Amino acid sequence: MRIRILGARVIDPASGLDQVADLYLADGRIAAVGTAPAAFEAEQTLDARGLIAAPGLVDLSVALREPGYSRKGNIASETRAAAAGGVTSLCCPPLTKPVLDTPAVAELILDRAREAGHAKVFPIGALSRELAGEQLAELVALRDTGCVAFGNGLASFANHRNLRRALEYAATFDLTVVFHSQDAALAEDGLAHEGPMASFLGLAGIPETAETVALARDLLLVEQAGVRAHFSQLSSARGAQMIAEAQTRGLPVTADVALYQLILTDEALADFSSLYHVQPPLRSRADRDGLREAVKNGTIQAIASHHQPHEPDAKLAPFGATEPGISSVELLLPLALSLVQEGVLDLPTLLARLTHGPAQALRLPAGRLAAGAPADLVLFDPEASTLAGEHWLSKGRNCPFIGHVLPGAVRYTLLDGRISYQA
Amino acid sequence: MTPNDAKRPLQLNDQGQLRHFLSLDGLSRELLTEILDTADSFLEVGTRAVKKVPLLRGKTVCNVFFENSTRTRTTFEMAAQRLSADVITLNVSTSSTSKGETLFDTLRNLEAMAADMFVVRHADSGAAHFIAEHVCPTVAVINGGDGRHAHPTQGMLDMLTIRRHKGGFENLSVAIVGDVLHSRVARSDMLALRTLGCPDIRVIGPKTLLPASLEQYGARVFHDLAEGLRDVDVVIMLRLQRERMQGGLLPSQGEFYRLYGLNTTRLALAKPDAIVMHPGPINRGVEIESAVADGAQSVILNQVTYGIAVRMAVLSMAMSGQTAQRQLTSESASEEPN
Repeated sequence: MRIRILGARVIDPASGLDQVADLYLADGRIAAVGTAPAAFEAEQTLDARGLIAAPGLVDLSVALREPGYSRKGNIASETRAAAAGGVTSLCCPPLTKPVLDTPAVAELILDRAREAGHAKVFPIGALSRELAGEQLAELVALRDTGCVAFGNGLASFANHRNLRRALEYAATFDLTVVFHSQDAALAEDGLAHEGPMASFLGLAGIPETAETVALARDLLLVEQAGVRAHFSQLSSARGAQMIAEAQTRGLPVTADVALYQLILTDEALADFSSLYHVQPPLRSRADRDGLREAVKNGTIQAIASHHQPHEPDAKLAPFGATEPGISSVELLLPLALSLVQEGVLDLPTLLARLTHGPAQALRLPAGRLAAGAPADLVLFDPEASTLAGEHWLSKGRNCPFIGHVLPGAVRYTLLDGRISYQA
Repeated sequence: MTPNDAKRPLQLNDQGQLRHFLSLDGLSRELLTEILDTADSFLEVGTRAVKKVPLLRGKTVCNVFFENSTRTRTTFEMAAQRLSADVITLNVSTSSTSKGETLFDTLRNLEAMAADMFVVRHADSGAAHFIAEHVCPTVAVINGGDGRHAHPTQGMLDMLTIRRHKGGFENLSVAIVGDVLHSRVARSDMLALRTLGCPDIRVIGPKTLLPASLEQYGARVFHDLAEGLRDVDVVIMLRLQRERMQGGLLPSQGEFYRLYGLNTTRLALAKPDAIVMHPGPINRGVEIESAVADGAQSVILNQVTYGIAVRMAVLSMAMSGQTAQRQLTSESASEEPN
């Protein structure tokens, strides 16, 4: 299939390219940017004048809920939702049932994702068996099956010794470890950021130190083990500062933030709406501003949806009895563009954090728009708008942004040179 | 984009009257005063030979208690009975939820039995909001205590107690002592005191038992009981749960009593005519000395009496606000073209 994309403003953060140009796709790859290759005969031409062409978005955390939680979502439904959000590559966390701690589970996920064909899926394997924090998972076997990194979710290790050994083992094989740094005891039973809102609502608080104490420990162990580490779902300004200090010290650490953490604060909890129940929690305005600054200056390389679809019942209870998480991957691009609209980030920086940044953090073969690269890209209209929820593909409707008018609209998502989503 | 839209206050109808009673947050001074005035008028009913008024005749009030309670449940029952309502009380903690039925289903079933009003107590903060918003919006929902969040009828009966003994709120110093962190009573009291114009709200306890950001209630924090009690008009003691010794919040009951227990000597630091309140049940020798609890300055039993009147006021006001809203809604629905 040969496609010519006509007249888009092409932005490739990896190379710094930002100009109006034609794109030529052939055999699943980008054949050329600008001038047509010799004897190129397009079978299809997409008129993209007025649109922006960017590398397909790379989302480091999309819970696909399969195997094990099909009432919340499945690989076909959630990858399809991702394509609608402009995503072409995504990582899925290991919290499945059974846990993604064996090659068999990884193979199942990869097979079904290929079969569905909506996005490239790069699984994150469990660092410990059953995520129990005791015994190591077979990391190398998992890597050979296709796992790109290893994490333990929010589940703690039994003790620091076991964690240290896991990091050293991972370092031996140059594997990347993904941390969700939150101290389980400090966060115990907590439902909201410890601050005025949690106090007022009588919700048990999760102090900032739940993140920073764990982060300090994790950074020290990472330094000692010499392992590549990625810190996921940062929630506090102080946490982002600690990552920046570690990077200044020369540690090979990267970080991501959930997109909703850049938009919402704990003030959203005022009506006890369970749609805002997330873990780690929404924190203060100062935290949100600190995270925004860290995204801007590159301390945080990646913005991820941290998509967590749920069945309606999971949210239909008093706040504390509901399951945490927001379903939002299909709004990734327009929701992220609201940061540009608000003047938080410029468009090239935002796109960098959604493409090249995350791809580099976990060394994924994605996130570039250049001749020879896979033809994974998103075409969007920056002047149009998206009515969130007008169409909904994810099985989880647990999204507080439904009903909002968001800036920009995805027109096409292309995966390996074929259209995986068309508005 | 503002993801966080301002909503019409859930507990008020279109005319600003109560239709649920979920929390004291967002209620005006006028409305709180109306509750107190109405309660005052009901107090007289309790002194009659026939203690009934027909305001809720033919209505069914369902007390649904997901947490144990004696005083609150009983006074709600009595309040509803004195208003001539039919009253059903369910202790759900011992029945359907242990069979796996959800809060949602329990309430929906009761709604199907044509209940007009739910009085709900639940261990989760926000449970009453959840029921009023998502389960049965056309049934008046009265919060009988939700988690650590709110206990608005207790808050109002405390205000009635203060007003009847002190005449008003404008020149008062009120101290709240003990486990504020876990206390829905303290939160409702602070909100009510601030709304009613109390200029000096003090909160006394160790840091482990105080929530963050108490200044948002206009409260001043004291860690020393003697300092905090000096010249106050009202002392509100809070119950200390035994389980607070676990998890390192306190070393022992004994140490707590030594530091924050109210005894005669310490009470002498307050104004001579200061009153002592407690939401009950009291722990003698844990947060309060018997001589104080049973002493001349104690109004703890008056609070119980006033509780019935306040609950009568709230039940009747919410029922009439909810009924008015239903009529408004059905009128506007019938006006719409088909």
